[in-house]
Amino acid sequence: MTPSLPGGVERRDFDGTTAIATQGHPEYGEATDGQYRRWNPHRSKLGAMLALGMDTGLEADQKTLYLGAAAGTTVSHVADLGGPTYAVEFAPRPARDLLSVADHRPNIFPLLKDARKPESYAHVVEPVDVVVQDVATRGQARVAALNRRFLDGEGRLLAAVKARSEDVTADPEAVFEAVVAELRDHYELLDTEQLDPYHEDHLGVVARPLE
Amino acid sequence: MTDGWFAGLDPDDTTAAAERVASGRADAPEDWPATAVDAGYTADTEEYYERLRAATMEATEAAVTERERADDQQLVHAVRAMADCERTANELAERVAEWGGSRYGEAGSGVGYARRIAEGEVGDGGESGDRALRSLAERVVDVSEEADELRAYIERTAPAVAPNLSMLAGPVLAARLISLSGGLESLAKQPSGTVQLLGAEDALFAHLRGGAPSPKHGIIFTHEYVSGTRREERGSAARALAGKLSIAARIDHYSGDRRPDLQRELDERMERIRSRGGDGE
Repeated sequence: MTPSLPGGVERRDFDGTTAIATQGHPEYGEATDGQYRRWNPHRSKLGAMLALGMDTGLEADQKTLYLGAAAGTTVSHVADLGGPTYAVEFAPRPARDLLSVADHRPNIFPLLKDARKPESYAHVVEPVDVVVQDVATRGQARVAALNRRFLDGEGRLLAAVKARSEDVTADPEAVFEAVVAELRDHYELLDTEQLDPYHEDHLGVVARPLE
Repeated sequence: MTDGWFAGLDPDDTTAAAERVASGRADAPEDWPATAVDAGYTADTEEYYERLRAATMEATEAAVTERERADDQQLVHAVRAMADCERTANELAERVAEWGGSRYGEAGSGVGYARRIAEGEVGDGGESGDRALRSLAERVVDVSEEADELRAYIERTAPAVAPNLSMLAGPVLAARLISLSGGLESLAKQPSGTVQLLGAEDALFAHLRGGAPSPKHGIIFTHEYVSGTRREERGSAARALAGKLSIAARIDHYSGDRRPDLQRELDERMERIRSRGGDGE
């Protein structure tokens, strides 16, 4: 079965293997085919969620708030889908790379902010269709809850939960269970799937905010 | 009623807009593009996004540049300058003590003795020899005070450059480790066994040539967790501390996140090391 992909994401042939791709300026040494560039699921958790066939509800031209933008690898693909893309990153070093990704894309708005303090960017970020969350910090469910305010009832949370960020020593399954339980206070979970073989001990989550 | 980043601004003033992006607040998002058009800040949504992009790019660029300026190389210069000042002050203080002993017969030593001469408590004579010695003693005090100021500067800036490493090691030891390995990046890339022996290179090579015992610690000996641990357990303590410091340096370099748990983990590990064997003291 071939799950449907969001508008703007296509399957293309790269050196004999089929992979998902978007159209845009290459950013991280990814394979290209004409205007298309490969969205490497090993480098991107959202890419892994798509490659694994999770129904993300992503569409072209959606407004997106991206938490944990890091150096902008995944952000660059999200921005290729065309909508305004608010990219929040807390650490200055990766933010330097994020700036150069944003240089090639007029729809990225980079913000050096702490995703645990949404009040420090709510004066800039408008309500969005999608919140993508990839923050390697303890309290990932809390970050999702705090940023619930940017989504209306139809919005989607696409989160990659990293077990080792919550507790390095605990069993990942137990960590996921605890995070999912906390998420359910604020979101209805539509789909969860572990992201291996692309990312070990990561859980992909698709959720819709509770009213 | 909260305001968007653009409220009350001159549309052509990108710098003011960037400052507002950096420092403004709101409890909840609103339809800012529509609000901005209504308020006459922009003609339409397209122009809104252009201005928003200019403001966020400038704000983020400025914030990143500011953090980079407080960077590890500045810290390296400062900690080396501090070491130079301390060494120079001590050397000159010895000279002052030797000279002072010959003139006043009183045997003092160190920067403290130089300070007493500089302030006229010792040998307050009016001869040209007194004046020359007092002038030299004043230089010793100046250089020593310069070292103190550099230390204060390091204590202020190290936590911004390497928050986790500074938390575990203290700002000055953190700066020394960064200085010894040449920068935060190279420190982050070193195995913890190397971090354990940074500053003990002479002893290490003496050991490798044969004969000398293997060194157990380098500059991290100045950490209370090594120097304050019983001699038999010091090797273990140094290894455990170096392991945590390596992790802290890696987090500081690669992510910049603060991990308060590291301190607790280190404390627990040290407690186990110190309580095993011996009499537990």
